[in-house]
Amino acid sequence: MRALAVLIAVSVGLVTLAGYFLPVQVPFLNLILSWALIMAGTATFIGVFNLISMHGLKITRREKGSGYSVFLILAVFSTFALGLSSSPTGVPLTFLFNAIILPTQTSLMAVLAITLLYSAIRLLRYRPTMMSIVFLISVIVILLGYVTLPFGDVPIISTWIRPWVMQVLAVGGARGLLLGIALGTLVTGLRVLFAVDRPYGGGNK
Amino acid sequence: MMELLILGLCSFLLLVITIFKRRQKKQSYKRVIPAFDNLKRAIGLSVEDGTRLHVSIGRADLLDSKMMSAMAGLGILRSLVERTSVSDKPPIVTAGDSALAMLAQDTLQAGYEDAGAEDLYRASTGRLSGMGQFGYAAGVMPIIRDENVSASLLIGHSGVETALLIDAAERENAFNVFASDDLAAQAISYAAAQEPVLGEDVFAAGAYLGAGASHEASITVQDILRWLLIAGLITGAALKFVGVI
Repeated sequence: MRALAVLIAVSVGLVTLAGYFLPVQVPFLNLILSWALIMAGTATFIGVFNLISMHGLKITRREKGSGYSVFLILAVFSTFALGLSSSPTGVPLTFLFNAIILPTQTSLMAVLAITLLYSAIRLLRYRPTMMSIVFLISVIVILLGYVTLPFGDVPIISTWIRPWVMQVLAVGGARGLLLGIALGTLVTGLRVLFAVDRPYGGGNK
Repeated sequence: MMELLILGLCSFLLLVITIFKRRQKKQSYKRVIPAFDNLKRAIGLSVEDGTRLHVSIGRADLLDSKMMSAMAGLGILRSLVERTSVSDKPPIVTAGDSALAMLAQDTLQAGYEDAGAEDLYRASTGRLSGMGQFGYAAGVMPIIRDENVSASLLIGHSGVETALLIDAAERENAFNVFASDDLAAQAISYAAAQEPVLGEDVFAAGAYLGAGASHEASITVQDILRWLLIAGLITGAALKFVGVI
């Protein structure tokens, strides 16, 4: 069974890869990609069941925070029912999105801003190093360069230092990190493609 | 044609070096990454304490290149499960994508099988925490809070919501290592996490946590490619400077 899973995964991976280099393989590539889309959709459906079963388990065991789980399950089923009764762009679902999801996400974004501020204060406690000080100074300079003050922009910082830091130092550093990540992605992809890493099909026994 | 050549070279290097590393008796030298050394210690402590290890593999889409960082996370998950299989509290794995959650369950099961402890596997330890950026974070935060987590590890793709996950781990005094392939998340984890992992070190986790020869070969290949890239960039800049290109 495991050998079959490996065989299918490797051959599908190789056919998909070949589709990017050989024009004759393009129809196969499109076919496999459409299968992948269907499977991703099915996985989402199964994932929702996983979510419901986990929260159902929490409710039956009366675990801490199970009240939130009741609320979550009610929300899932009522959204599902509304989705069946109208289109995704219909009034009920648009209302749900604008009245619940959007404000909740905005609130979490606000919490995020406070969390980041607190983290910046905590940074020197964890890592009192020169790099941490440089990091914090960069943050302050960039913030001063962007912030809108009653008397206008902060001279020099917003006109010269911020653009230079962002367009030279930050872009250079980011490109270096991204190149490293791209190399890691490539090699990990090859490991999965050749079934050296197999996050599917069971154990080695 | 050039892409095919690069791909062929990488594949060749990876296969040859993996075979070489499998035959090699002694451990090869690796530079110190404190996050992974401290993580090994934290895993040991969690097993001794009877507390739980939380592993998150992010919320990458199955059809996205960001999925590879989650694959790196899944690669080390199996060896982590083998290490913690004797613990009273099995590790919990969370994902922000359904397909990833299914792969996590499969990897957990495989880990228990390899450790000879199939009976200890519980499907409920591989969870879909929520979908979308904040849905994922909102689902992970209560797990860190309620499940007696003493060490929290993220290896995969996550964005700015990483700050919320780090904060949740900090509130529980849980040791935390955050390794995301996203630059914003890396900046956040540098500022907030106890042990941030930056750049391509995300993909080196397997080699440091004993996930096998292929992971060690992988970082050697990355090093070779990096030097080739540096040589190419310097040559290109020099040729441009003298007006050849």
